Amino acid sequence: MCDLICHIPPAVQDLLLSILKGFAVILVIFPIAGASSMAERKVSAWIQGRYGPNRAIVPWFAYVPFVGRFLQRLGVFNLMADGGKLLFKEDPLPGHVKKFYFMLAPLVGLVPAFTTVTVVPFGAYLDRAGQVVPLMLANVDVGILAIFAVASLGIYSMILAGWASNSKYPFLGSVRASAQLVSYELSLTLSVLPVFLWVNAPGTDATLSLARVVEFQSQPGLMGGMWFIFLMPVSALIFLVALFAETNRLPFDMIESEADLVGGFHTEYGSFKWSLFFVAEYSHMVVGSAVFVLLFFGGWNPLPWLPLATLTGWLHLQDWPVVVGALSVVIFLVKVLAMIFFFMWVRWTVPRFRYDQVMKIGWQKLLPLAIGNLLFYLLVIGAIHAF
Amino acid sequence: MAVITLHRKPLTFAERTYLPQVAAGLWTTFKHLLRPKETLEYPEQRPAIPPGYRGVPALVKDPHGREKCVSCQLCEFVCPPKAIRITPGAVPADQPERTHVEKAPQEFEIDMLRCIYCGLCQEVCPEEAIFLQNQYSMTGYSRAEMVNNKEKLYALGGTRPDAHYKWDKKKAAESAGGAHH
Repeated sequence: MCDLICHIPPAVQDLLLSILKGFAVILVIFPIAGASSMAERKVSAWIQGRYGPNRAIVPWFAYVPFVGRFLQRLGVFNLMADGGKLLFKEDPLPGHVKKFYFMLAPLVGLVPAFTTVTVVPFGAYLDRAGQVVPLMLANVDVGILAIFAVASLGIYSMILAGWASNSKYPFLGSVRASAQLVSYELSLTLSVLPVFLWVNAPGTDATLSLARVVEFQSQPGLMGGMWFIFLMPVSALIFLVALFAETNRLPFDMIESEADLVGGFHTEYGSFKWSLFFVAEYSHMVVGSAVFVLLFFGGWNPLPWLPLATLTGWLHLQDWPVVVGALSVVIFLVKVLAMIFFFMWVRWTVPRFRYDQVMKIGWQKLLPLAIGNLLFYLLVIGAIHAF
Repeated sequence: MAVITLHRKPLTFAERTYLPQVAAGLWTTFKHLLRPKETLEYPEQRPAIPPGYRGVPALVKDPHGREKCVSCQLCEFVCPPKAIRITPGAVPADQPERTHVEKAPQEFEIDMLRCIYCGLCQEVCPEEAIFLQNQYSMTGYSRAEMVNNKEKLYALGGTRPDAHYKWDKKKAAESAGGAHH
């Protein structure tokens, strides 16, 4: 192995590693986004008393007992057929669009969606010293700030798409998108501040890293092992609501509301460019759910008051860092997928708000609540450290 | 009539937060998630056809396997979309006991691309020879394929067990001296 790698100069090694990490992101996020789109259809169908897509099958797979049939009923091959269709069907370019920006918009949407994935820790393993080491692509200390900063760039793709489409419904959709995202960004950011205030106790190294938040939730003791959902339910609620608005999911999907805007900002888009918008939307959902799980649901810790390290001790896996890593990734992914299911579940439960209601909830309800919540925890934290 | 003024009850705090409502809604949708599916998986599972259903029209034979249609062309006349074309002819020579019927369709065509399944042909038929049966799915690759000819119509219709034997009775009455049965 070393013959291959060690002769490469370190600078090139770093570059190669970055490229590999980049590919890893794309290879993980694209399938998750695709699977989410299929899950969306299946969950929608189940809630509505239907079966959902369950017919397509690759001929030779039909002969595999149980597994072939199971995958067919799950719609896995419908997903592949869908992907193939979107890749190969004709890519329409309407005559009235601003062509360069029209084609640029989906890519602009994709970049922030994929970039945020790199700073999200998705698992952890225990090193020889029994220290928990988080698994992430780029361990930057600004963590949550990087996610918020980059994720909100995604709005530029919608504005660009709406403007470049050069017709009224996409334009209205993108105007709504910018108004809505600005409104809810504030509550989103204010709702996580108490968490970081709590984590950054005086005398410790200041950090905005998400891995540290998880570490904080995996301490021993009643308070230490408590997930932030129990400690700060209002913060979690505000973050969740704002997350729905930020990812343009129902009941806040003013941007694409079919009833009044045809398709919203992507009305003029078709085939692969359209599907790129959806990959971006689903990866925003995945990253948003991941951040929510990390902040409020203990990240890769299996249960409240049961940190990963304890579970490793019980299972005698101290000498198997790879297994522990895989286990933590699985625990984390299960939580994230449960969150994504929750997104879809809410979609078929709560009807879409009116636009004025969205604005009213954002500015008159959620923002004051977030500020009040922040002040409350400021006082609480101050009181704890004063006495 | 007295005017009743209804006062809208002010919402409680819990209702104004909207959260209990969302939770109740989530519970409802979750129950739907677990409920058995309503979908009929079509080609394998077929819907039950209720009596009186108006499916593809077809010609029927009497219990003795004899043609009932006498080619009166009433159905052709009444058919609103003009889907029926009948070429009238004589009763075939190999059916001596039916020669007194005088007429039989030489060809009977129903264009299923025109048919609107209204059932007027069945209603108007004095011989009870044409029925809209249970078949609801008609497909074909060409326009010609979608025209049901006489052979196909009899294959679709088969035999119907109503034993009227109108023409037998008429013959018997005639041979007994009466003008009508």
